[in-house]
Amino acid sequence: MAILVNFSTKVIVQGITGREAVTFTKGMLDYGTRVVAGVTPGKESQKVHGVPVYNCVEAALKNHEANTCIVSVPPKFAKDATFEAIDAGIELVNVFTERIPRADVVQMIEFARQKGVRIVGPNSLGMVSPGRVKLGPAGGPLSECNRAFTPGNVAVLSRSGGMLTETCSLLSVNGIGQSIAINIGGDPIVGSSFLDLLPLLEDDSETKAIVLFCEPGTFQEEETARFVKETSYSKRIVAFIAGSFVDTMPGMRFGHAAVIVHGESGATRTKAKVMREAGIAVVDFHSEILAAVKKILNQN
Amino acid sequence: MRLYEFESKKILSAHGIPVPKGRVAASSQEAGRFAQEIEGPVVLKAQVLVTARGKVGGVRFAEGSREAEEVARGMLDTKIGGYAARSLLVEEKIDIKRELYLGATYDEVKKTPVVICSSLGGIDLEEISRQHPEKIHKSSISSFMGLQPYKAWQLVQNLELPGRLPWTAQAILLKLWHIFTRFDAVLAEINPLVLTGGGELAVLDAHIEIEDDALFRQKERLESFHIEEREDKARPPTLFEIEAAQIDKADYRGVAGRVTEFDGDLGLLIGAGGGSLTTFDAILRYDGKPANYCEVGGNAPVSKIYNLAKLILSKPEVKGIAVITNVYSNSRVDFVARGLIKAMVELGIDPKSYPVLFRSAGAFEDEGYAILKKYGVRYYDRSTSMDEAARLAVEMMKKEL
Repeated sequence: MAILVNFSTKVIVQGITGREAVTFTKGMLDYGTRVVAGVTPGKESQKVHGVPVYNCVEAALKNHEANTCIVSVPPKFAKDATFEAIDAGIELVNVFTERIPRADVVQMIEFARQKGVRIVGPNSLGMVSPGRVKLGPAGGPLSECNRAFTPGNVAVLSRSGGMLTETCSLLSVNGIGQSIAINIGGDPIVGSSFLDLLPLLEDDSETKAIVLFCEPGTFQEEETARFVKETSYSKRIVAFIAGSFVDTMPGMRFGHAAVIVHGESGATRTKAKVMREAGIAVVDFHSEILAAVKKILNQN
Repeated sequence: MRLYEFESKKILSAHGIPVPKGRVAASSQEAGRFAQEIEGPVVLKAQVLVTARGKVGGVRFAEGSREAEEVARGMLDTKIGGYAARSLLVEEKIDIKRELYLGATYDEVKKTPVVICSSLGGIDLEEISRQHPEKIHKSSISSFMGLQPYKAWQLVQNLELPGRLPWTAQAILLKLWHIFTRFDAVLAEINPLVLTGGGELAVLDAHIEIEDDALFRQKERLESFHIEEREDKARPPTLFEIEAAQIDKADYRGVAGRVTEFDGDLGLLIGAGGGSLTTFDAILRYDGKPANYCEVGGNAPVSKIYNLAKLILSKPEVKGIAVITNVYSNSRVDFVARGLIKAMVELGIDPKSYPVLFRSAGAFEDEGYAILKKYGVRYYDRSTSMDEAARLAVEMMKKEL
């Protein structure tokens, strides 16, 4: 039954009246996701595509049952909105906001840990459990989303939102579906890293293979490799690491905020090396993910 | 945003951390005068954001004011690690007995702030941790509690300081932590903190890096220290990059800009974030010669794409252009196509005879492909991988030779 989201997922969108939130709320409703309420302070009693808007999460929860919050508010309000969701007893908070200061992000994560809440993001485009639920703009409007994401047995975790869609599209075009596809977010510190999600996928009977879309910067890939090796992780993983050219340009930032290399720290060559040593199938070109996944599925 | 040493020291000093006597000189004459005020041997330090500047002539010593002036002239005239130093920090020369390290930053794996102490300083932390991991003492700090005095005390025990100096070090560390949080720093470090021949602690060098994404709430505080907002680059931006940044700034919608110039002949407009990393790698692996890196995504409007395409196509070295993006979630393919065509038409470039290639897919792709077809641009949909499109683009350029 995939991970994080399923048919019992009921969503509140914080910041629902924002330009982007209005668009992705439509996409989510069309997909069949149960968006039960929205929150925008001062806009209570409005409706967005038929979804009632409340002044605060507490008020929304008085009238609706929900277990998931989407945070799509400007950076300076993102910490408060996340605290509000955690405090209200929500189980999963998917934070889309980009450019939240790190000092705020670590507090969001610390509070979530205290309360046993999972955060995905920040700087996430959401997630898709194909044929069931989608959170946020991932995959775009219904018809587009259905072309790129199809139901199946491969879990795709990506540090890039755009490449989540591209990777799933590559698989779908070739008849390979996904159990879950998650954009974990492009920031240096995220609530759910590869490392945090792998144990859940190990227990998920639907997932037969895992694809990781990796980037330069941070120690996520190195930590993942260490974990896979130490625990003799039972499921096969394919990884593609984008941006190897960044290795030769220390101190330069490309793409996401987290993509920066200093010497060996964050370099893709280090990541590729330790991941291969841990038995992860690291491919050199993105399109080679397809053959590597096929190989695993055929072996199963 | 990385602060210059003199800016970091100004902040440290204002928060009660004693720094060496010194002044910032903008000319060699000034450097000579300030050296005279200090009375005694001085150190001249180029104010450039270059790591290990001491190794590239960025730190020099002088005995008196005349020598200081002469040394300063040389330093201001030459580039240090690729940067021209606009000013020099003229400081009293410190008699160093031992070098230590104090710092606060974020641990991305633990997802917490972290405070670091080491009885080895002077070289970068990565180097210390490689050579002497046992000398690095790190402590995760609760983002709600902050660094408490007992924890600071516990940490400074590792500095192996004599007499009452551990108390001094504890006070410095607590103040450094205060600065770290108050200024939304992602890094605040004193490296090295030195034990002087006279048995005192002195801040020889300090680095503060403010988080770019927190500048919206740090502006006034920084202004009170006469520190202006600026963009960090590992090298000075080129004219081309400056123009691209202006295009991006002029319209907040979409990710389009973030340009880095290269010296090849293939102009690029590539999908934002991970998509751009993937495409750029593929182009290089097929031996392509990119003229630039330029991200396009986040549903950028036609006008922005048009302006960027025009800028790239106008670059004299550019002999062809490739637009390669991932399957878009929230950008419109037809916007990208329109922007490209508009730029080509306006510059009098005929897409039928000019090397141009387009690979994108997602919302409004049919509308986009129709426009491209009309103007005779080679285009590919999702059935052609980004890698294959990159290979075709490189092949297209080879045919031109």
